[in-house]
Amino acid sequence: MLAKRIIPCLDICNGRTVKGTNFVNLRDAGDPVELGRLYSEQGADELTFLDITASFEGRKTFTELVERIAANISIPFTVGGGIHELKDVERLLSAGADKVSVNSAAIKNPDLIDQIALNFGSQVCVVAIDAKQTTEGWRCFLNGGRVPTDRMLFEWAKEANDRGAGEILFTSMDHDGVKQGYANEALRQLSDELTIPVIASGGAGRKEHFRDAFIEGHADAALAASVFHFGEIPIPELKQYLCSSKIPIRL
Amino acid sequence: MNVAIVKYNAGNIRSVIGALNRLGVNPLLTDNEEQLRNADKVIFPGVGEASTTMEYLKAHGLDRIIKDLKQPVLGICLGQQLMCSHSEEGNTDCLGIFGVPVLKFIPQKHEDKVPHMGWNTIETTGDGLFCGFSKPEYVYFVHSFYVPVCNWTAAKSDYILPFSASLHKDNFYATQFHPEKSGGTGERILKNFLDI
Repeated sequence: MLAKRIIPCLDICNGRTVKGTNFVNLRDAGDPVELGRLYSEQGADELTFLDITASFEGRKTFTELVERIAANISIPFTVGGGIHELKDVERLLSAGADKVSVNSAAIKNPDLIDQIALNFGSQVCVVAIDAKQTTEGWRCFLNGGRVPTDRMLFEWAKEANDRGAGEILFTSMDHDGVKQGYANEALRQLSDELTIPVIASGGAGRKEHFRDAFIEGHADAALAASVFHFGEIPIPELKQYLCSSKIPIRL
Repeated sequence: MNVAIVKYNAGNIRSVIGALNRLGVNPLLTDNEEQLRNADKVIFPGVGEASTTMEYLKAHGLDRIIKDLKQPVLGICLGQQLMCSHSEEGNTDCLGIFGVPVLKFIPQKHEDKVPHMGWNTIETTGDGLFCGFSKPEYVYFVHSFYVPVCNWTAAKSDYILPFSASLHKDNFYATQFHPEKSGGTGERILKNFLDI
């Protein structure tokens, strides 16, 4: 049976891992390759590396890091951040990434999804969506939740699905960093409406939150950062717990 | 050991090279007939689309070379599919090493998402690539087309329906999954291939 996936997410700035609460207040959590290898050995099913460096130089550093990750880590990994056009996708895939995650660039230019799917296959194209609940419903935001867009979560996710996205990575900005659980209702609606896998992101604080994302949220995978980086939830313990909760998990 | 990787218009092969490097092997990436024929082992990786890849192989004479290889050959993912007789992807005639067609997954219910992507279990014959395997193991798959269970099935998996996760016939070995992305289990499979 296809296993539900546990995905640690590493934010990278100038080749180093960082993670903040609610996307601000960054703390250093070490070398990405070392940390990635540790997670892989502990049983992580995939890894996600998000480049939050803005500069051109930083971009080059990140590409070199992707090459180092591919050489050292034997599980699939996704890279995101700073992908504006097809050339960026090509650069990161040829550096050894398995998938790329696009967020703002896809909202600004939805055709990028079609182009990635056509050139490299749907399976490499993860569309990341940051959304917040507003009075009109779940709205998509850019730049770490600071800039509202005119796109609503469910219609945008459906469009991304239809354009050829391989997966949707849904982060609830309301839940991210708060550690009170994932946005399970919205997750469930996404999972039930879309024909592609949905990755839950934002809100993990306890082991039960992962279980709930899979059982109540119907998520195919769950992503988290700080609970792993700071050792609050060891991955082997989490996977044992999920397995004993009758969730298909790779042990 | 002299390991050659077939060089063609495939996607990401860096991870295959990385996985071999971690096993102490420095493979040669080549489309040169002599180098391929003289290698101890040949790996035929693959991420891409069947019809354009077959066209490329034919245009470079690689279709004939691969079929005629006598040393152990390992096809991975699209590599396995291209070793079969025909693929529904682009209605493509393939190499015909395994006399079995490649079919498209047809979802039967909402949970049947295509591509089949992620970690799934395999049940193996326990020999060849799977020497020392005694229980189902998780490996990493990404594919929309599959090889049905047939005479050459060396490992079975189940997604929508039972299918061939691995094939073996004479000196030809193939996996639908990515051993280079399958953690410690994948490493054992690659090591078994190098030890054949």
